[in-house]
Amino acid sequence: MFVFQMADIMPALPEIFLAAVALVLVLVAAYGGETAANARRVTQFAMAGIAIALLLVINSDQVITSAFGGMFSADAFAGFMKALVLLGTFAALAMSIRTSGDDDINKPEYSLLILLALVGMMLMISADNLMALYMGIELQSLPLYVVAAMRTSSLRSSEAGLKYFLLGALSSGLLLYGASLVYGIAGTTDFNGIALALAGQDLPPVFIIGMVFMICGLAFKISAAPFHMWTPDVYEGSPTLVTALFAIAPKVAAISLLMRLTYGAFGGIADQWQQVLVALSVASMVIGALGAIMQTDIKRMMAYSSIAHMGYATAGLAAGSVAGATGVMIYMTGYVFMGAGTFAIILLMRRDGAEATKIVDLKGLSRTHPSLAVGLLIMMFSMAGIPPLAGFFGKWYVFLAAVEAGLVPLAIIGVVTSVVGAFYYLRIIRLMYFDDTETPLDAGIPIANRMVLGASLAVVLLFFAGLGSLLGAADTAAVALIMAR
Amino acid sequence: MISNWPILTIITFLPMIGVAFLLMIRGDEEVVARNARNVALWVSGFTFVISLALVLNFDAQAAGYQFEERAEWLPGSGISYHLGVDGISMPFILLATFLSPLAILASWKAITHRVREYMIAFLVLETMMVGMFASLDMLMFYLFFEGVLIPMFIIIGVWGGKRRVYAAFKFFLYTLLGSVLMLVCMLAMYIDAGTTDIPMLTAHGFAATMQTWLFLGFLASFAVKVPMWPVHTWLPDAHVEAPTAGSMILAGVLLKMGGYGFIRFSLPMFPLASEFFAPLIFALSIIAVIYTSLVALAQSDMKKLIAYSSVAHMGFVTIGIFTLTEQGVAGAMFQMISHGLVSAALFFCVGVVYDRLHTREISAYGGVAAVMPRYAVFFMFMMLASVGLPGTSGFVGEMLVLVGAWKASSWVALFTATGLVLGATYMLWLYRRVMFGKIVSAEVEAMEPIGRREVMIFVPLTVLVLWFGVYPASLLDVMAGSIQVVLDSVAAGGAFVIAGR
Repeated sequence: MFVFQMADIMPALPEIFLAAVALVLVLVAAYGGETAANARRVTQFAMAGIAIALLLVINSDQVITSAFGGMFSADAFAGFMKALVLLGTFAALAMSIRTSGDDDINKPEYSLLILLALVGMMLMISADNLMALYMGIELQSLPLYVVAAMRTSSLRSSEAGLKYFLLGALSSGLLLYGASLVYGIAGTTDFNGIALALAGQDLPPVFIIGMVFMICGLAFKISAAPFHMWTPDVYEGSPTLVTALFAIAPKVAAISLLMRLTYGAFGGIADQWQQVLVALSVASMVIGALGAIMQTDIKRMMAYSSIAHMGYATAGLAAGSVAGATGVMIYMTGYVFMGAGTFAIILLMRRDGAEATKIVDLKGLSRTHPSLAVGLLIMMFSMAGIPPLAGFFGKWYVFLAAVEAGLVPLAIIGVVTSVVGAFYYLRIIRLMYFDDTETPLDAGIPIANRMVLGASLAVVLLFFAGLGSLLGAADTAAVALIMAR
Repeated sequence: MISNWPILTIITFLPMIGVAFLLMIRGDEEVVARNARNVALWVSGFTFVISLALVLNFDAQAAGYQFEERAEWLPGSGISYHLGVDGISMPFILLATFLSPLAILASWKAITHRVREYMIAFLVLETMMVGMFASLDMLMFYLFFEGVLIPMFIIIGVWGGKRRVYAAFKFFLYTLLGSVLMLVCMLAMYIDAGTTDIPMLTAHGFAATMQTWLFLGFLASFAVKVPMWPVHTWLPDAHVEAPTAGSMILAGVLLKMGGYGFIRFSLPMFPLASEFFAPLIFALSIIAVIYTSLVALAQSDMKKLIAYSSVAHMGFVTIGIFTLTEQGVAGAMFQMISHGLVSAALFFCVGVVYDRLHTREISAYGGVAAVMPRYAVFFMFMMLASVGLPGTSGFVGEMLVLVGAWKASSWVALFTATGLVLGATYMLWLYRRVMFGKIVSAEVEAMEPIGRREVMIFVPLTVLVLWFGVYPASLLDVMAGSIQVVLDSVAAGGAFVIAGR
C-alpha cells in the first residue's frame, strides 16, 4: 500500500488538469444546451485547456518523474510524446469549430469526449505498469468508439463505430490475456519489476505467448498489418473530423506505449520480440503501399498510408536501440505534422456543402484553390519521403537504426515499398496539377484550417533547420526511456 | 575580400530569393506572367554572374577543395553543412548557372499558362542542381540529388506534351527506385565511418566486400541518372514530353549528376570495386553506344532521336570514367560539359521549329534551310559538334575517351569508335531530312526566321562550344589537378585496402 502524496500530483499535473477541465465541461455541455454556439464554447474551452496542458508538459522540471508508486512515469520521453499528442489533438479540435449548426456532429459532447480520450492517451504514454497500461488504453478507446459513431444519421458512421468497438474490444482482450500471462511469469505488473524478473531467466514458452499477445494487441491500436483490417473502414465511415483525429494522436499514443513495453518491460529480451516487430513492419509497409494504390476514397487512402507509416516507425522500433527510439520519435514528429496538414485540406473537400472525399474530387485543385494545392503537394511529397521535407528525415533515422541493428533486408524492403508508396502520393499531385475540372470544390478556407495548414507546412518545409535541436530532445527522451531501467 | 564571402551558399540559394519575389507578384494574369519571366531571368542571370567569381578566384594548382564553407547542422553526429568545390564540381556549377537563364529565355514564348509556377519550379531546380554539385556532405548531396525530382516532375507533368503524365511518373519512380538503394548504402557508410563528410569518407577506406555492395547500390542510382543501358528507357519518354527548356536542363545538367556521382563517390570511395566492375560498365556502355545509336537511326521523332543520342554520348562518359586513366576521366568530364552545351542547344533547335509547326515528326519538315538560313547554320554547327567535328568541344571529349579506352583495352576502343561512326550517320541524316530537299508544305514555307531572342540563346552556346573546341586547355587545366587526386586515391585506396585487411 502506498499513501497518496503531494509529490504524486506534480508529475501528473497536466493529466489531472485536463481531467478537471473535462469534468467542468460536462456541466457546461449539460446546461448550455445542444446548440452550435454551446458546442463552440465547449470546444474553445477544451482548446484552452489543451494549450495550458501543453505549457505544463513543456515546463515540467522532470526532477520527480515517477508517481503513484511507479505506475506513472513523466520522464523526458513522456514529455516529448505528450507534446505531439497535445499538438495533434489541438489541431483536430481547432478544425472542428463550425459556425453553422447544420452538422450533426456539431454537438458539445464531441469536444468533451475527445478531451477524455486525450487524457487516456497521455496516461498511455506515461504508463509504467500493466494496470496503468490497460487503464490508459480503455480511457482512450471508449470515447473514440463513441465519436466514430457520432453521425447518427449515417449508416457508415454507425458501422465504423461498431467495427471500431468490436475490433478494439478484441484487441483489448488480446492485450489483457497477454498481460495476465506476463504477470503470471514475472509475478509483478510493474514494468521495472518485469524487466528485473526476466533478467537472466530462461523464458518459458507461456511467457513468449503472453508477450506476443500483448504486442499483437498494441499492433491493433497502431493499425499495423496484419491487424489493420478495421482502419480503412473506420477512417472512411467516421466523420472526417474524427478521422483527422484518429490519424494523428492515438497512433502516437499507441506507439509510445509499444515503446514503453518493448524497451522498458521487455528491454532485456530484445531478441525475443525483434522478429515479431520485423514481421509487423514488413507486413505493414507492403500492405500499406499496395493497398493504397487501389483506393478511390482519399480517407481510405490515408488509412493505408497510415498503415505504411506505422510500418516504417515499427522498423525503427525493431532495431531495439537508442537510435531506434530516436528514429521513431523523429518519424512520429514528422507524421503528426504531415497528418495535420493533409487533413486540414481533406476537411475542406466539400462540394455544395456535402463532403466530397473521392480522390478524383481533387482534380484541377491547382486552378481552383492554388494555395491548398501547393499545401497538399508539399504534404504528399513529404509523405513519400522526398527530401528535403520532414518525411525524408523520419525515414532516414528509422532506417539508420535498422541498418545499424543489422536489419539491412528490412531497410531495403522499406525503401522499395516507399517507391511504391510514392506512386499513390504522386497520383494525387497528378490530379491536382495535371488535370482540369468543371466542378470545383467549395471556396473559402476557414481560419482554423489555414492556421493548421500553415503551421504544418512551416514545420514540414523547415524540418531540416530544426532537426539539430529536435534530435537533441529525441535523444534525451530515448535515453530516458531506455537507461532508466 | 570576396574570398571571405560564403559564395557557394549565395549561388545555391540566390534562386530561392527569386522564388520569394515570384510569390509576391500581384496583378492579373498578364502582368504576373510578364513579371515572373523577368524576375526569373534576372535572378538566374545574376546568379550566373556571381558564379563567375568562382572561375576568377579558382586556383587550378591547389589540390584540395576551395571556397569551403562549414557550419554546424546536426551537432555531434558527423553531419554538417559543408560546401566546397574542386576542379571536378566547379565546371558543373557553371554549367548549371549558365544553362538556367538560357532555359528560362527559351521558354519565354513557349510557356503561356501558369508562368509564375513554371518559373518557381525552374528556380527551385537551379538551387537543387547547384547545391548538389557544391555539397561536400553526403546527406546534403542526397537532399539535393533527390530534391531535383520535385520541380522536374512538375515541369514535365504540367507543361509537357500529350503523354506527359506517363512520362513524369516514369521519370520520378525510375529515378527514385535507384536512389533509395543508394540511400541504404549511404546509411551503411555513415554507420561504418561515423560521418557523412565526403572528404572524410574518401579517406576512410571501406572493407573490400563492403565496397562491392556499396558500389552496386550507388550504381543503381547513378546508372538510372546517366542513364546507362538497360535502365535508360525513362529518358526518351521524359525528353519527348518535357517542354523544351525542361529537356535542355534535363540533358544539359541532370544527366551529368550520374557521371559526377561516379567520379565523386564510386571511384575514390570504392576503388577496388570500381576496378572489379569496370568490365561490366564497359559492356553496358558499349551496348548503350551501339544499340541506342541504332535505335536513334530508326526514330521518326526529332526529340526522341536526340534523346537516344544523349544515351549514346553518355555511354562514352561512363567508358571514360571507368578506364581509370587520366585521359579517360578527363575525356569523360570534358564530354559531359560539352554534351551539356551541345545537347541543350540541340533540344533548343527542336524547340525552335516545334514552336512554329507544333510537331516534332521529321517527315513534317524538309527544306527548312531555305526558309530559316541562320537557324540552319546554328543547327549545323551543333549537329557537327555532337558528331565530334575537330574544332568543336565534342571532338576533344571523344578523342580523350578513346585514348583512355585504348589504354584500358583495344577492344573497348574499337567498339566505342564504332559508335562515333553511327553517331555521325544518324545526325547527318537527320539534318539532311529536316534542312535540305524540297520545301515539303506551305506551313514549312511560312515559318518565320529566328528572332533576336533565339539568337541570344544560340550565340553563347555556340561561342562556348567553339572556345572549348579550339582551346580545350582552358577547361582541362582546371580539372587536371582534381582528377589526379581522384585517380591517386583509386590507386592508393586499392593498395591500402589490400595491405590493410
